[in-house]
Amino acid sequence: MNESFLFGKLTLDAIPFHEPIIMGAVGGMVLAGLAVVGALTYFKAWKLLWDEWLTSVDHKKIGIMYIILALVMLLRGFADALMMRSQQAIASAGAAGYLPPEHFDQVFTAHGVIMIFFMAMPFVIGLMNIVMPLQIGARDVAFPYLNSLSFWLTAAGAMLVNISLAIGEFAHAGWLAYPPLSELPFSPGVGVDYYIWALQISGIGTLLTGVNFITTILKMRAPGMKLMHMPIFTWTTLCANMLIVAAFPILTVTLAMLGLDRYFGMHFFTHDGGGNPMMYVNLIWAWGHPEVYILVIPCFGIYSEVVATFSGKSLFGYKSMVYATMCITVLSFIVWLHHFFTMGSGAKVNAFFGITTMIISIPTGVKIFNWLFTMYRGRVRLEVPVLWTIGFIITFAIGGMTGVLMAVPPADFVLHNSLFLIAHFHNAIIGGVVFGVMAGFSYWFPKATGFKLDPFLGKVSFWSWFIGFYIAFMPIYALGLMGMTRRLAHVDNPVWHAYLIVAAVGAVIIGVGIAATVLQVVLSIVRRDKLKDTTGDPWNGRTLEWATSSPPAFYNFANVPVVKGIDAFWTMKQEGKAPKLEPSYAKIHMPKNTGTGFIIGILSIGLGFALTWHIWWMAAGAFLAMVGMTIWHSFDEHRDWFVPSETVARTEALHFGVKAPEVVQ
Amino acid sequence: MSPKSKWTSWIKVGARAATLAVAAVLLSGCDAVLLDPKGPIGEAERDIIYLATGLMLLVVVPVIGMTVAFAWKYRASNTKATYAPNWNHSTVIEAVVWSIPVVIILILGTVTWISSHTLDPRRPIASAQKPLEVQVVSLDWKWLFIYPEYGVASVNELALPVGRPVHFSLTSSGVMNAFFVPQLGTQVYTMPGMQSQLNLRADHAGSYLGISANYSGRGFADMNFKALAMEPAALKDWIARAKAATPLDTAAYRTLAAPGTHSVALYGTVEQGLYDRILNQCALGGICTNEAVSMARIKGPVPKGPLCDPKTGKPISIKS
Amino acid sequence: MTAIVKDREFAHADHSDAGKTPLGFWIYLMSDCVLFASIFAGFVVLRDNLNGGPAGRELFDLSFVAVETGLLLVSSLTYGMAMIAANAGNLRTVFVWLALTFLCGFGFVSMEVHEFGKLIAEGAGPDRSGFLSGFFTLVGTHGLHVTSGLVWMGVMFVQLALRGLTAVNRTRLLLLSLFWHFLDIVWIGVFSIVYLMGAA
Repeated sequence: MNESFLFGKLTLDAIPFHEPIIMGAVGGMVLAGLAVVGALTYFKAWKLLWDEWLTSVDHKKIGIMYIILALVMLLRGFADALMMRSQQAIASAGAAGYLPPEHFDQVFTAHGVIMIFFMAMPFVIGLMNIVMPLQIGARDVAFPYLNSLSFWLTAAGAMLVNISLAIGEFAHAGWLAYPPLSELPFSPGVGVDYYIWALQISGIGTLLTGVNFITTILKMRAPGMKLMHMPIFTWTTLCANMLIVAAFPILTVTLAMLGLDRYFGMHFFTHDGGGNPMMYVNLIWAWGHPEVYILVIPCFGIYSEVVATFSGKSLFGYKSMVYATMCITVLSFIVWLHHFFTMGSGAKVNAFFGITTMIISIPTGVKIFNWLFTMYRGRVRLEVPVLWTIGFIITFAIGGMTGVLMAVPPADFVLHNSLFLIAHFHNAIIGGVVFGVMAGFSYWFPKATGFKLDPFLGKVSFWSWFIGFYIAFMPIYALGLMGMTRRLAHVDNPVWHAYLIVAAVGAVIIGVGIAATVLQVVLSIVRRDKLKDTTGDPWNGRTLEWATSSPPAFYNFANVPVVKGIDAFWTMKQEGKAPKLEPSYAKIHMPKNTGTGFIIGILSIGLGFALTWHIWWMAAGAFLAMVGMTIWHSFDEHRDWFVPSETVARTEALHFGVKAPEVVQ
Repeated sequence: MSPKSKWTSWIKVGARAATLAVAAVLLSGCDAVLLDPKGPIGEAERDIIYLATGLMLLVVVPVIGMTVAFAWKYRASNTKATYAPNWNHSTVIEAVVWSIPVVIILILGTVTWISSHTLDPRRPIASAQKPLEVQVVSLDWKWLFIYPEYGVASVNELALPVGRPVHFSLTSSGVMNAFFVPQLGTQVYTMPGMQSQLNLRADHAGSYLGISANYSGRGFADMNFKALAMEPAALKDWIARAKAATPLDTAAYRTLAAPGTHSVALYGTVEQGLYDRILNQCALGGICTNEAVSMARIKGPVPKGPLCDPKTGKPISIKS
Repeated sequence: MTAIVKDREFAHADHSDAGKTPLGFWIYLMSDCVLFASIFAGFVVLRDNLNGGPAGRELFDLSFVAVETGLLLVSSLTYGMAMIAANAGNLRTVFVWLALTFLCGFGFVSMEVHEFGKLIAEGAGPDRSGFLSGFFTLVGTHGLHVTSGLVWMGVMFVQLALRGLTAVNRTRLLLLSLFWHFLDIVWIGVFSIVYLMGAA
């Protein structure tokens, strides 16, 4: 292919003008973008946006931005899901459907990539950002600037995936891009390159989050809070971030090797020249399986918080829960081979990995029983977060069962790569992760924003998801048993047709659930005065995040709480020692905002784009600018300031609903 | 019958009944081909699916029941139920909730260990008959089957003798695929430059759908084949039909290797050593990987300068 | 970058003890360790995949690599001396030892670049075989780390010259030293597994 100096491989032909579906989606995205720009200009909000959000190092705002990113990408990923379900429903009686294979293959690849990397990950990390520092009684994370950088790198990766829709193509090699298919001879387009750079850039962001949060939890807990006093969500955050630090470098290396094959003709995973594609499969799953737990472990934490709070009881078997989480964390690293029992490893190897996989179900089972016994003898308020939790326990029990079933290698020999597998991991990820983040979303929404979400639409959302999930995925389980494999652009088995139609209907019902959530957020913003949380403790909470106002002041706690055991805030309330307005406050040391993270994020989009299209001058420029920004930033040592005591006093008075006291100097 | 096997067969029956009840709701009869296998491997795997599912339902059903029951009984509006806000520990319950999953996993783990060995794809199926050797090549996007014993080959149509074990040697011309006849059991990946093995047997005559079970690109959805399990007479006819067809030589293979889908085809003869050359990635020219590897094992320095084709003695140019 | 720059007074005011930054940096180094471990694993898997190309024993000049190794080991020593001087508060001596460290590191990277150039010129580039892909990537990744260490050291010179041995700069010196010694340790692995075992 000819490459020009100025534009690399990029030509006008890269924009798919002839594809009405893509152009429609691109047009929609451009219009939405213009609408946002217009609104910002109309409301003169640019400065506010820059000062309060883009440059913010406040973990709560970064968390909110993560969740907005996740919700936007959920819409994109779900659109892909609808396209897949409708294509298979239409193209199942020998018809071709409306998506040619090249397009269908990109759709399922994008769906997987987006849902895991740019929906589930940002959602989970967003909740960790908002909640974890509050739960440990800290005023910020250990490295606030790094936190901002992490977010903008993640957002940059998501941007690259979206750009690929309009300019060029996305990968069509499946969400894990197994070689040799993802190698240059079989995927000569830019799709895999977009994939590589989007994941590399966001992966670095995730890795930095891991470093940041572990340090935060180990070093910044409130005085008196021992490790065994930490709320379970903080525990699960710690474990998930340890997994991030240990697993993400493997992803970085694997994708780098694939990139070296594609860019420099190396032979890591090529089918010729001494490459070994099996090594890729091993490496990617050595990251990939821990990744599943990076997503689901924090959700286990969310369920633990929700079930204890809404049962009005302390969590049953706290220690069991902590040890179970640690077991899962460690075990998640020695099960990866169960993703490819059919590669022909020997019986002993397969059996070993099958059994280690099953062993994970023991601590997981213990957790489920502990949640059940937390409800037992409680006063369970069936609010929206609890509905998600109950829906989770039921759904996850089934997903866990089919998972253990496939951990038996001979069962996997027939179920592997079938739609049974697809149904299983959607069962585990929707039931475990999506229900979890939705529970966390409705639970902590009032904390982050100061008002609750409309409960009726929350229930609509839950029931749509719950029912929609079963209608969509039970037929998919059945299709798996009927021998239908995954990723088929069209099928010609008339028996499958009815099942595929039912599955598509289920997807539409899930769509109603997503629409209800969007509507719920909009409506709740409109009615925010009615839904206001004035107390800071709308659910009668147990942990420290409820001990401050909603939304918390940017410094979180005017006085850092002192902790004596688990359920710190509950104990305070019991002892009548909940925070109240103090006559005077000390000044507070806080980090200043900085635009460096945002700028580096933007530059990284340029870098990824340039590398994808072989625009070498631009890649070099963007890279040098990123290095330059980093060095420049390191010369700025005035990164913090003191919040004056009178500001603190005024803010606290506002929270406790009294007139600001006379300022005592 | 030993007490243990009596007990496992009891579980099997119960599990089967339970699973069938669930499956009946979801499936109509024999559409679920995995539950309607036509050979011993598939049957054993189906039994494991029933057994494992049944064992796990022993926990899963009570868990779901308890979830609904506890949430309902202890709902906030039911003020008659006990409320013990500080009750958060019970050694007995903890011991039970740790030991129930442990026991089930012990049983399942044992099943896993044993069945991984008995159903290892490489393990020959016990039989008085010598297994039929079939060499399988996945190409973009078609299946090539070579029968050294019959001296014929076919594309997208796999002929199998009823009741006689078959040993498959599998490889791929380019990308990864997976060879899978759902009704016979066990699928195996096909990979370039590597050989996988698989042993199957069809016990009933019939035509079964065969697929690639690993996504391999644009033509993947059409990468299907028919597995025809035939009685001796029918098989003989099939071989005779194949014998009458054109030969499979390098030129014919080159056509096959070009990306695209393909209809069913038969070949009367197969060029000597074709499968081995595909396996060693030199069917279309170039240096064979087995020879490159053997050179690497030579002690002392490898001669520099052009490498020679061991067959022709002519120098080979290597792309660098 | 800023992993490195959280300052101490902040930590004081923030009611938790100092040492967040070194801890964070340690955690980062552990992740880097996993990164190298993965590349090592890749190299070991591909070590015998010569694709008819040259093997390590035909390519490696052990005495050349021994000098390279010596340079890096000496640079660790000189960095240690720089830290001693920094603890003694002697800025001028810090500069001298840092400069020596920089020279050794620069020499190391230059020798590596020379070795790579020679191999590529001989037709034993990274695209020749799986073995050579693994070799160039493993050794090259280490080399890139050393290079970024050199850039960091350059920035450190300027910051020390501008601001002296402030608390912030002392922390940064400490982090750079952790990084530098870490690379030394990784190199010992590279030297043993790639060169010594490869040449045997």
